[in-house]
Amino acid sequence: MNKLTNKSKLVSDKQMTLSEKLYLPAIFKGMIITFSHLFKKKVTIQYPEQTKEFAEIYRGKHVLKRDDEGRERCTACGLCALACPAEAITMIAAERKKGEEHLYREEKYAATYEINMLRCIFCGLCEEACPKEAIFLTKEIVPSSFERQDFIYGKDKLVESVDNRIDVSKRQTAEVLEFKKNKNFKHNK
Amino acid sequence: MLRLTIDNITVEVEEGTTILNAARKIGGKIVPPAMCYYSKLKGSGGKCRTCLVKIANTSEMDPRPIPKLVPSCSTLVQNGMVVENTISEQVLKERKAITEFLLINHPLDCPVCDQAGECDLQNLSYEHGLEETRYEEERREFAPIDIGEKIKLHMNRCILCYRCVYTAEQIINERVHGVLYRGDKAEISTFVENFVENDFSGNIIDVCPVGALTDRTFRFKSRVWFTNPMDAHRNCEKCSGKVALWMFGDDVYRVTGRKDKYNEVEEFICNECRFEKKKTSDWIIEGPRKINRTSVISQNHYEKLTKQSIINPTEGKTEQQE
Repeated sequence: MNKLTNKSKLVSDKQMTLSEKLYLPAIFKGMIITFSHLFKKKVTIQYPEQTKEFAEIYRGKHVLKRDDEGRERCTACGLCALACPAEAITMIAAERKKGEEHLYREEKYAATYEINMLRCIFCGLCEEACPKEAIFLTKEIVPSSFERQDFIYGKDKLVESVDNRIDVSKRQTAEVLEFKKNKNFKHNK
Repeated sequence: MLRLTIDNITVEVEEGTTILNAARKIGGKIVPPAMCYYSKLKGSGGKCRTCLVKIANTSEMDPRPIPKLVPSCSTLVQNGMVVENTISEQVLKERKAITEFLLINHPLDCPVCDQAGECDLQNLSYEHGLEETRYEEERREFAPIDIGEKIKLHMNRCILCYRCVYTAEQIINERVHGVLYRGDKAEISTFVENFVENDFSGNIIDVCPVGALTDRTFRFKSRVWFTNPMDAHRNCEKCSGKVALWMFGDDVYRVTGRKDKYNEVEEFICNECRFEKKKTSDWIIEGPRKINRTSVISQNHYEKLTKQSIINPTEGKTEQQE
Protein backbone atom coordinates (compact mmCIF):
# COMPACT_ATOMS: atom_id res chain seq x y z
CA MET A 1 0.00 0.00 0.00
CA ASN A 2 1.25 3.46 -0.87
CA LYS A 3 1.96 5.84 1.93
CA LEU A 4 -0.04 9.02 1.84
CA THR A 5 2.89 11.15 3.06
CA ASN A 6 6.56 10.60 3.76
CA LYS A 7 6.08 11.97 7.29
CA SER A 8 4.45 8.88 8.69
CA LYS A 9 6.36 6.77 11.19
CA LEU A 10 6.01 3.15 12.14
CA VAL A 11 5.06 2.63 15.78
CA SER A 12 6.86 0.01 17.82
CA ASP A 13 6.42 -1.11 21.43
CA LYS A 14 10.01 -2.08 22.22
CA GLN A 15 11.07 -2.50 25.84
CA MET A 16 12.84 0.45 27.57
CA THR A 17 16.45 -0.03 28.58
CA LEU A 18 17.52 0.25 32.25
CA SER A 19 18.79 3.83 31.97
CA GLU A 20 15.57 4.82 30.31
CA LYS A 21 13.57 3.10 33.05
CA LEU A 22 15.36 5.22 35.67
CA TYR A 23 14.16 8.43 33.97
CA LEU A 24 16.98 10.38 35.68
CA PRO A 25 19.07 11.18 32.56
CA ALA A 26 16.00 12.60 30.84
CA ILE A 27 15.11 14.70 33.92
CA PHE A 28 18.63 16.16 34.07
CA LYS A 29 18.59 16.89 30.38
CA GLY A 30 15.37 18.85 30.79
CA MET A 31 16.65 20.75 33.81
CA ILE A 32 19.79 21.80 31.92
CA ILE A 33 17.65 23.31 29.20
CA THR A 34 15.55 25.19 31.76
CA PHE A 35 18.63 26.42 33.66
CA SER A 36 20.35 27.62 30.50
CA HIS A 37 17.42 29.98 29.85
CA LEU A 38 18.31 31.97 32.98
CA PHE A 39 21.31 33.37 31.13
CA LYS A 40 19.51 34.23 27.91
CA LYS A 41 17.92 37.58 26.99
CA LYS A 42 14.43 38.05 28.46
CA VAL A 43 11.56 38.22 25.98
CA THR A 44 9.09 39.78 28.43
CA ILE A 45 9.01 43.28 29.86
CA GLN A 46 7.74 44.51 33.22
CA TYR A 47 4.47 46.15 32.18
CA PRO A 48 3.24 48.70 33.32
CA GLU A 49 6.58 50.04 34.63
CA GLN A 50 8.10 49.37 31.26
CA THR A 51 6.23 49.82 28.00
CA LYS A 52 7.06 48.72 24.53
CA GLU A 53 7.25 51.26 21.79
CA PHE A 54 4.37 51.08 19.35
CA ALA A 55 4.82 50.92 15.62
CA GLU A 56 4.15 54.19 13.82
CA ILE A 57 1.07 52.74 12.23
CA TYR A 58 -0.30 50.95 15.29
CA ARG A 59 -4.07 50.65 15.10
CA GLY A 60 -5.57 51.65 18.44
CA LYS A 61 -8.44 53.83 19.59
CA HIS A 62 -10.19 55.84 16.90
CA VAL A 63 -10.21 59.59 16.57
CA LEU A 64 -12.68 61.75 14.68
CA LYS A 65 -10.61 64.50 13.14
CA ARG A 66 -11.38 68.18 12.76
CA ASP A 67 -10.20 70.21 9.80
CA ASP A 68 -7.78 73.15 9.93
CA GLU A 69 -10.54 75.53 10.99
CA GLY A 70 -11.67 73.24 13.78
CA ARG A 71 -14.82 71.96 12.10
CA GLU A 72 -15.77 68.31 12.34
CA ARG A 73 -14.91 66.49 9.18
CA CYS A 74 -17.36 63.63 9.60
CA THR A 75 -20.47 63.97 7.46
CA ALA A 76 -22.20 60.78 8.63
CA CYS A 77 -22.06 59.15 5.21
CA GLY A 78 -22.15 55.71 6.81
CA LEU A 79 -19.36 54.22 4.75
CA CYS A 80 -17.30 53.33 7.84
CA ALA A 81 -20.27 51.50 9.30
CA LEU A 82 -20.77 49.76 5.97
CA ALA A 83 -17.14 48.74 5.72
CA CYS A 84 -16.95 47.59 9.34
CA PRO A 85 -16.75 43.79 9.40
CA ALA A 86 -17.71 43.68 13.08
CA GLU A 87 -20.66 46.09 12.74
CA ALA A 88 -19.28 48.14 15.58
CA ILE A 89 -20.15 51.60 14.27
CA THR A 90 -23.55 53.28 14.44
CA MET A 91 -24.46 56.87 13.73
CA ILE A 92 -27.38 59.21 13.43
CA ALA A 93 -27.09 62.09 11.02
CA ALA A 94 -28.50 65.57 11.38
CA GLU A 95 -28.76 68.62 9.19
CA ARG A 96 -26.50 71.56 9.86
CA LYS A 97 -28.48 74.63 10.79
CA LYS A 98 -27.68 78.20 9.92
CA GLY A 99 -24.99 79.56 12.21
CA GLU A 100 -23.34 76.20 12.74
CA GLU A 101 -21.01 76.50 9.78
CA HIS A 102 -18.02 76.90 12.09
CA LEU A 103 -18.81 73.60 13.82
CA TYR A 104 -19.45 71.23 10.95
CA ARG A 105 -17.86 71.13 7.58
CA GLU A 106 -20.70 69.79 5.43
CA GLU A 107 -24.41 70.41 5.46
CA LYS A 108 -24.90 67.06 7.15
CA TYR A 109 -23.10 65.91 10.27
CA ALA A 110 -23.13 63.04 12.75
CA ALA A 111 -25.36 63.96 15.66
CA THR A 112 -24.38 60.76 17.44
CA TYR A 113 -21.49 58.55 16.45
CA GLU A 114 -20.79 55.46 18.48
CA ILE A 115 -18.16 52.76 18.25
CA ASN A 116 -18.55 49.65 20.34
CA MET A 117 -14.97 48.91 21.30
CA LEU A 118 -15.87 45.41 22.41
CA ARG A 119 -16.98 44.63 18.89
CA CYS A 120 -14.23 46.54 17.12
CA ILE A 121 -11.38 44.41 15.84
CA PHE A 122 -9.15 47.39 14.98
CA CYS A 123 -8.77 46.37 11.36
CA GLY A 124 -8.73 49.95 10.06
CA LEU A 125 -11.27 49.41 7.29
CA CYS A 126 -13.32 52.37 8.56
CA GLU A 127 -10.31 54.58 8.02
CA GLU A 128 -9.86 53.20 4.54
CA ALA A 129 -13.52 53.70 3.65
CA CYS A 130 -13.76 57.27 4.91
CA PRO A 131 -14.08 59.70 1.98
CA LYS A 132 -13.61 62.74 4.19
CA GLU A 133 -10.47 61.72 6.09
CA ALA A 134 -12.47 62.03 9.26
CA ILE A 135 -11.76 58.82 11.13
CA PHE A 136 -8.29 57.54 11.96
CA LEU A 137 -6.90 54.93 14.28
CA THR A 138 -4.36 56.24 16.78
CA LYS A 139 -1.57 54.84 18.90
CA GLU A 140 -3.69 55.16 22.03
CA ILE A 141 -5.05 51.92 23.45
CA VAL A 142 -8.58 51.40 24.69
CA PRO A 143 -8.46 51.02 28.50
CA SER A 144 -10.13 48.09 30.18
CA SER A 145 -13.21 48.49 32.31
CA PHE A 146 -15.69 46.51 34.38
CA GLU A 147 -18.83 47.78 32.66
CA ARG A 148 -19.86 46.94 29.13
CA GLN A 149 -21.44 50.36 28.79
CA ASP A 150 -18.00 51.96 29.20
CA PHE A 151 -16.85 50.47 25.92
CA ILE A 152 -19.40 52.26 23.79
CA TYR A 153 -17.48 55.34 22.77
CA GLY A 154 -19.56 58.32 21.73
CA LYS A 155 -18.55 61.56 20.13
CA ASP A 156 -17.36 62.91 23.49
CA LYS A 157 -14.54 60.39 23.55
CA LEU A 158 -13.85 60.14 19.82
CA VAL A 159 -13.76 63.70 18.50
CA GLU A 160 -10.39 65.35 19.00
CA SER A 161 -10.34 68.58 20.95
CA VAL A 162 -9.66 71.78 19.04
CA ASP A 163 -6.56 72.67 21.06
CA ASN A 164 -5.07 69.24 21.40
CA ARG A 165 -4.80 67.84 17.89
CA ILE A 166 -3.78 64.26 17.30
CA ASP A 167 -1.16 63.76 14.63
CA VAL A 168 -2.22 61.11 12.13
CA SER A 169 0.17 62.00 9.33
CA LYS A 170 1.89 58.65 9.71
CA ARG A 171 -1.34 56.88 8.92
CA GLN A 172 -1.99 58.84 5.78
CA THR A 173 -0.75 57.02 2.74
CA ALA A 174 1.15 58.68 -0.08
CA GLU A 175 -1.99 58.55 -2.22
CA VAL A 176 -4.03 60.35 0.41
CA LEU A 177 -1.46 63.07 0.84
CA GLU A 178 -1.25 63.50 -2.92
CA PHE A 179 -5.04 63.73 -3.07
CA LYS A 180 -5.03 66.40 -0.39
CA LYS A 181 -2.80 68.61 -2.53
CA ASN A 182 -5.31 68.51 -5.38
CA LYS A 183 -7.18 71.78 -5.21
CA ASN A 184 -9.74 70.65 -7.77
CA PHE A 185 -11.75 69.20 -4.96
CA LYS A 186 -13.76 71.67 -3.02
CA HIS A 187 -13.06 70.15 0.35
CA ASN A 188 -9.32 70.64 -0.18
CA LYS A 189 -9.65 74.36 -0.77
CA MET B 1 -42.22 41.56 -36.69
CA LEU B 2 -38.76 43.02 -37.21
CA ARG B 3 -35.54 41.17 -36.69
CA LEU B 4 -32.57 42.91 -35.14
CA THR B 5 -29.22 41.86 -33.74
CA ILE B 6 -27.73 43.49 -30.67
CA ASP B 7 -24.24 42.38 -29.71
CA ASN B 8 -24.63 39.22 -31.80
CA ILE B 9 -27.93 38.32 -30.11
CA THR B 10 -30.89 38.26 -32.47
CA VAL B 11 -34.34 39.21 -31.26
CA GLU B 12 -37.70 39.75 -32.94
CA VAL B 13 -39.66 42.83 -31.95
CA GLU B 14 -42.78 44.60 -33.08
CA GLU B 15 -42.69 47.55 -35.40
CA GLY B 16 -42.24 50.87 -33.63
CA THR B 17 -40.02 49.51 -30.89
CA THR B 18 -36.93 51.46 -29.96
CA ILE B 19 -33.51 49.81 -29.84
CA LEU B 20 -33.36 50.31 -26.07
CA ASN B 21 -36.63 48.49 -25.52
CA ALA B 22 -35.52 45.70 -27.83
CA ALA B 23 -32.33 45.38 -25.78
CA ARG B 24 -34.40 45.29 -22.60
CA LYS B 25 -36.37 42.47 -24.14
CA ILE B 26 -33.13 40.49 -24.31
CA GLY B 27 -32.02 41.76 -20.92
CA GLY B 28 -28.72 41.28 -19.17
CA LYS B 29 -25.53 43.20 -19.70
CA ILE B 30 -26.19 44.33 -23.24
CA VAL B 31 -28.90 46.80 -22.18
CA PRO B 32 -27.55 50.33 -22.64
CA PRO B 33 -27.78 52.50 -19.52
CA ALA B 34 -30.40 55.22 -19.60
CA MET B 35 -30.43 58.31 -17.43
CA CYS B 36 -33.27 60.25 -19.04
CA TYR B 37 -35.46 57.65 -20.75
CA TYR B 38 -38.34 56.41 -18.63
CA SER B 39 -40.63 53.83 -20.16
CA LYS B 40 -43.67 55.12 -18.26
CA LEU B 41 -43.27 58.66 -19.50
CA LYS B 42 -44.17 59.55 -23.07
CA GLY B 43 -41.62 61.58 -24.95
CA SER B 44 -38.82 61.04 -22.45
CA GLY B 45 -35.36 60.19 -23.67
CA GLY B 46 -32.83 61.63 -26.05
CA LYS B 47 -31.37 64.06 -23.53
CA CYS B 48 -28.57 62.35 -21.65
CA ARG B 49 -26.85 60.43 -24.49
CA THR B 50 -25.67 57.61 -22.24
CA CYS B 51 -27.58 55.07 -24.30
CA LEU B 52 -25.69 55.80 -27.53
CA VAL B 53 -25.09 52.69 -29.64
CA LYS B 54 -23.38 51.97 -32.91
CA ILE B 55 -25.41 50.82 -35.87
CA ALA B 56 -23.26 48.61 -38.05
CA ASN B 57 -26.04 47.77 -40.44
CA THR B 58 -28.99 50.12 -40.88
CA SER B 59 -31.45 47.63 -42.33
CA GLU B 60 -31.85 44.76 -44.72
CA MET B 61 -32.48 47.13 -47.63
CA ASP B 62 -29.65 49.51 -46.72
CA PRO B 63 -26.68 47.64 -45.25
CA ARG B 64 -24.58 50.73 -44.65
CA PRO B 65 -23.50 51.69 -41.13
CA ILE B 66 -24.65 54.98 -39.63
CA PRO B 67 -21.53 57.16 -39.33
CA LYS B 68 -22.43 58.61 -35.92
CA LEU B 69 -23.65 56.83 -32.82
CA VAL B 70 -27.40 57.05 -32.28
CA PRO B 71 -29.39 57.28 -29.03
CA SER B 72 -30.97 53.87 -28.64
CA CYS B 73 -33.90 55.18 -26.57
CA SER B 74 -35.31 57.21 -29.45
CA THR B 75 -34.17 55.28 -32.53
CA LEU B 76 -36.69 52.88 -33.99
CA VAL B 77 -35.75 49.38 -34.99
CA GLN B 78 -35.60 48.51 -38.69
CA ASN B 79 -35.69 45.03 -40.11
CA GLY B 80 -32.24 43.43 -40.28
CA MET B 81 -30.60 46.11 -38.17
CA VAL B 82 -27.27 45.19 -36.55
CA VAL B 83 -26.53 47.11 -33.36
CA GLU B 84 -23.30 47.10 -31.39
CA ASN B 85 -23.32 48.15 -27.78
CA THR B 86 -20.84 46.55 -25.41
CA ILE B 87 -18.80 44.91 -28.17
CA SER B 88 -17.97 48.22 -29.80
CA GLU B 89 -14.89 50.06 -28.53
CA GLN B 90 -16.22 53.33 -29.89
CA VAL B 91 -19.46 53.08 -27.91
CA LEU B 92 -17.67 52.37 -24.65
CA LYS B 93 -15.23 55.20 -25.27
CA GLU B 94 -17.97 57.70 -26.00
CA ARG B 95 -20.03 56.51 -23.06
CA LYS B 96 -17.04 57.23 -20.88
CA ALA B 97 -16.85 60.73 -22.33
CA ILE B 98 -20.60 61.27 -21.79
CA THR B 99 -20.26 60.19 -18.18
CA GLU B 100 -17.47 62.67 -17.74
CA PHE B 101 -19.67 65.37 -19.25
CA LEU B 102 -22.57 64.54 -16.94
CA LEU B 103 -20.23 64.78 -13.97
CA ILE B 104 -18.75 68.13 -14.98
CA ASN B 105 -21.10 70.14 -12.85
CA HIS B 106 -22.03 67.38 -10.45
CA PRO B 107 -20.86 68.31 -6.96
CA LEU B 108 -19.74 64.77 -6.02
CA ASP B 109 -21.30 65.13 -2.60
CA CYS B 110 -22.37 61.49 -2.43
CA PRO B 111 -21.44 61.25 1.28
CA VAL B 112 -24.11 63.87 1.98
CA CYS B 113 -26.64 62.98 -0.70
CA ASP B 114 -29.69 60.89 0.24
CA GLN B 115 -29.78 59.21 -3.16
CA ALA B 116 -26.37 57.56 -2.70
CA GLY B 117 -26.68 53.81 -2.94
CA GLU B 118 -29.59 53.85 -5.36
CA CYS B 119 -28.35 56.52 -7.72
CA ASP B 120 -28.26 55.92 -11.47
CA LEU B 121 -25.43 58.37 -11.93
CA GLN B 122 -23.37 56.60 -9.27
CA ASN B 123 -23.91 53.29 -11.03
CA LEU B 124 -23.08 54.80 -14.39
CA SER B 125 -19.85 56.41 -13.22
CA TYR B 126 -18.90 53.29 -11.32
CA GLU B 127 -19.05 51.38 -14.57
CA HIS B 128 -17.97 53.98 -17.10
CA GLY B 129 -16.50 56.92 -15.21
CA LEU B 130 -12.98 58.09 -14.67
CA GLU B 131 -11.34 57.64 -11.31
CA GLU B 132 -10.77 61.34 -10.87
CA THR B 133 -12.00 64.54 -12.41
CA ARG B 134 -10.09 66.47 -15.01
CA TYR B 135 -12.33 69.49 -14.58
CA GLU B 136 -10.56 72.49 -13.12
CA GLU B 137 -13.08 75.30 -13.51
CA GLU B 138 -15.61 76.37 -10.93
CA ARG B 139 -18.68 74.14 -10.87
CA ARG B 140 -22.01 75.90 -11.24
CA GLU B 141 -23.70 76.27 -7.91
CA PHE B 142 -27.25 76.79 -6.77
CA ALA B 143 -28.60 76.95 -3.25
CA PRO B 144 -30.86 74.02 -2.36
CA ILE B 145 -34.50 75.04 -2.26
CA ASP B 146 -37.72 73.50 -0.98
CA ILE B 147 -40.24 72.97 -3.70
CA GLY B 148 -43.42 72.19 -1.88
CA GLU B 149 -43.46 71.15 1.72
CA LYS B 150 -42.09 67.66 1.20
CA ILE B 151 -39.61 67.92 -1.67
CA LYS B 152 -36.09 69.30 -1.62
CA LEU B 153 -34.40 70.40 -4.82
CA HIS B 154 -30.62 70.36 -5.09
CA MET B 155 -30.09 71.93 -8.46
CA ASN B 156 -26.32 71.27 -8.19
CA ARG B 157 -26.91 67.57 -8.65
CA CYS B 158 -29.38 67.83 -11.53
CA ILE B 159 -28.37 66.44 -14.91
CA LEU B 160 -31.36 67.99 -16.73
CA CYS B 161 -32.95 64.73 -17.80
CA TYR B 162 -36.42 66.34 -17.86
CA ARG B 163 -38.01 63.23 -16.32
CA CYS B 164 -39.66 65.26 -13.56
CA VAL B 165 -41.02 67.71 -16.09
CA TYR B 166 -42.64 64.88 -18.06
CA THR B 167 -43.99 63.39 -14.83
CA ALA B 168 -45.53 66.70 -13.96
CA GLU B 169 -47.11 66.97 -17.36
CA GLN B 170 -48.36 63.41 -17.71
CA ILE B 171 -49.02 62.18 -14.18
CA ILE B 172 -49.74 65.30 -12.19
CA ASN B 173 -51.69 67.00 -15.03
CA GLU B 174 -50.94 70.48 -13.76
CA ARG B 175 -47.33 71.34 -14.28
CA VAL B 176 -46.03 74.10 -12.07
CA HIS B 177 -42.35 73.48 -12.47
CA GLY B 178 -40.08 73.29 -15.45
CA VAL B 179 -36.69 74.06 -16.84
CA LEU B 180 -35.85 77.75 -16.88
CA TYR B 181 -33.05 79.46 -18.80
CA ARG B 182 -30.88 77.75 -21.36
CA GLY B 183 -27.58 75.95 -21.80
CA ASP B 184 -25.21 76.15 -18.87
CA LYS B 185 -27.67 78.28 -16.88
CA ALA B 186 -30.60 75.89 -17.26
CA GLU B 187 -32.22 74.93 -13.98
CA ILE B 188 -35.30 73.16 -12.74
CA SER B 189 -37.52 75.56 -10.89
CA THR B 190 -41.09 76.28 -9.98
CA PHE B 191 -42.87 79.20 -11.53
CA VAL B 192 -43.85 80.26 -8.04
CA GLU B 193 -41.68 78.73 -5.35
CA ASN B 194 -43.45 76.34 -2.96
CA PHE B 195 -46.15 75.51 -5.41
CA VAL B 196 -45.78 71.78 -6.18
CA GLU B 197 -48.82 70.58 -4.28
CA ASN B 198 -50.60 67.92 -6.22
CA ASP B 199 -51.60 64.49 -4.96
CA PHE B 200 -49.02 62.83 -7.18
CA SER B 201 -46.24 65.41 -7.04
CA GLY B 202 -44.06 63.14 -4.91
CA ASN B 203 -43.41 60.93 -7.90
CA ILE B 204 -40.88 63.41 -9.23
CA ILE B 205 -38.65 62.14 -6.40
CA ASP B 206 -38.89 58.59 -7.67
CA VAL B 207 -38.22 59.41 -11.30
CA CYS B 208 -35.18 61.57 -10.56
CA PRO B 209 -32.13 59.52 -11.56
CA VAL B 210 -29.84 61.54 -9.29
CA GLY B 211 -30.28 63.16 -5.88
CA ALA B 212 -31.63 66.44 -7.24
CA LEU B 213 -35.14 65.82 -5.98
CA THR B 214 -35.25 64.16 -2.59
CA ASP B 215 -37.81 63.41 0.08
CA ARG B 216 -37.68 65.97 2.88
CA THR B 217 -39.34 63.58 5.32
CA PHE B 218 -36.38 61.21 4.79
CA ARG B 219 -33.74 63.91 4.62
CA PHE B 220 -30.53 62.72 6.30
CA LYS B 221 -32.48 60.22 8.39
CA SER B 222 -30.47 57.21 7.37
CA ARG B 223 -28.41 55.95 4.50
CA VAL B 224 -30.30 53.85 2.01
CA TRP B 225 -28.27 50.71 2.72
CA PHE B 226 -29.02 50.77 6.43
CA THR B 227 -32.75 50.50 5.80
CA ASN B 228 -34.64 47.34 4.93
CA PRO B 229 -36.78 47.45 1.83
CA MET B 230 -40.15 45.74 2.23
CA ASP B 231 -43.09 45.28 -0.10
CA ALA B 232 -46.29 46.59 1.43
CA HIS B 233 -49.73 47.77 0.44
CA ARG B 234 -52.75 49.56 1.83
CA ASN B 235 -56.16 50.49 0.61
CA CYS B 236 -55.76 53.85 -0.97
CA GLU B 237 -58.48 55.71 -2.83
CA LYS B 238 -56.10 57.74 -4.93
CA CYS B 239 -53.51 55.20 -6.04
CA SER B 240 -52.93 51.46 -6.12
CA GLY B 241 -51.36 51.60 -2.66
CA LYS B 242 -48.60 49.20 -3.65
CA VAL B 243 -45.35 50.60 -2.33
CA ALA B 244 -41.89 49.76 -1.08
CA LEU B 245 -41.28 50.60 2.57
CA TRP B 246 -37.75 51.38 3.70
CA MET B 247 -37.74 50.23 7.29
CA PHE B 248 -35.27 50.65 10.10
CA GLY B 249 -36.19 48.20 12.81
CA ASP B 250 -39.93 48.68 13.22
CA ASP B 251 -39.95 52.24 11.94
CA VAL B 252 -40.91 53.21 8.43
CA TYR B 253 -38.29 55.71 7.33
CA ARG B 254 -39.35 56.19 3.76
CA VAL B 255 -42.03 55.13 1.32
CA THR B 256 -41.33 54.90 -2.41
CA GLY B 257 -42.84 53.24 -5.42
CA ARG B 258 -41.69 49.75 -6.28
CA LYS B 259 -38.78 50.07 -8.66
CA ASP B 260 -37.88 47.45 -11.22
CA LYS B 261 -34.41 46.50 -12.35
CA TYR B 262 -34.13 49.55 -14.57
CA ASN B 263 -34.93 51.74 -11.56
CA GLU B 264 -38.35 52.66 -12.92
CA VAL B 265 -41.38 52.59 -10.67
CA GLU B 266 -43.99 49.96 -11.43
CA GLU B 267 -46.86 52.16 -10.33
CA PHE B 268 -46.94 55.81 -9.38
CA ILE B 269 -48.11 56.37 -5.81
CA CYS B 270 -49.89 59.28 -4.21
CA ASN B 271 -48.47 61.76 -1.73
CA GLU B 272 -50.61 60.51 1.13
CA CYS B 273 -49.02 57.07 0.88
CA ARG B 274 -45.59 58.51 0.36
CA PHE B 275 -45.35 61.21 2.97
CA GLU B 276 -48.03 60.68 5.60
CA LYS B 277 -48.25 56.97 6.28
CA LYS B 278 -45.08 56.47 8.28
CA LYS B 279 -46.38 53.94 10.77
CA THR B 280 -46.06 50.19 10.43
CA SER B 281 -49.73 49.86 11.40
CA ASP B 282 -50.75 51.80 8.29
CA TRP B 283 -49.43 49.06 6.04
CA ILE B 284 -49.93 45.40 5.30
CA ILE B 285 -46.38 44.15 4.87
CA GLU B 286 -45.93 41.46 2.24
CA GLY B 287 -42.28 40.65 2.75
CA PRO B 288 -38.75 41.76 1.97
CA ARG B 289 -37.99 43.07 -1.48
CA LYS B 290 -35.52 41.23 -3.66
CA ILE B 291 -32.35 43.24 -3.87
CA ASN B 292 -29.64 42.50 -6.36
CA ARG B 293 -26.71 40.89 -4.62
CA THR B 294 -24.31 43.34 -6.23
CA SER B 295 -26.18 46.34 -4.82
CA VAL B 296 -24.83 48.10 -1.76
CA ILE B 297 -28.32 47.84 -0.25
CA SER B 298 -27.87 44.09 0.07
CA GLN B 299 -24.89 44.64 2.39
CA ASN B 300 -25.47 43.22 5.86
CA HIS B 301 -28.89 41.98 4.82
CA TYR B 302 -28.86 38.27 5.19
CA GLU B 303 -31.01 35.87 3.28
CA LYS B 304 -31.73 32.38 4.43
CA LEU B 305 -30.62 29.76 1.97
CA THR B 306 -32.02 26.29 2.12
CA LYS B 307 -29.74 23.38 1.49
CA GLN B 308 -30.72 22.74 -2.09
CA SER B 309 -30.49 26.33 -3.18
CA ILE B 310 -27.63 27.59 -5.30
CA ILE B 311 -26.37 31.03 -6.06
CA ASN B 312 -26.22 31.92 -9.70
CA PRO B 313 -23.28 34.35 -9.92
CA THR B 314 -24.19 35.74 -13.32
CA GLU B 315 -27.68 36.75 -12.26
CA GLY B 316 -26.88 37.50 -8.65
CA LYS B 317 -30.03 35.80 -7.50
CA THR B 318 -30.71 32.86 -5.33
CA GLU B 319 -32.27 30.09 -7.33
CA GLN B 320 -34.20 27.18 -6.01
CA GLN B 321 -33.12 23.89 -7.44
CA GLU B 322 -35.83 21.46 -8.29
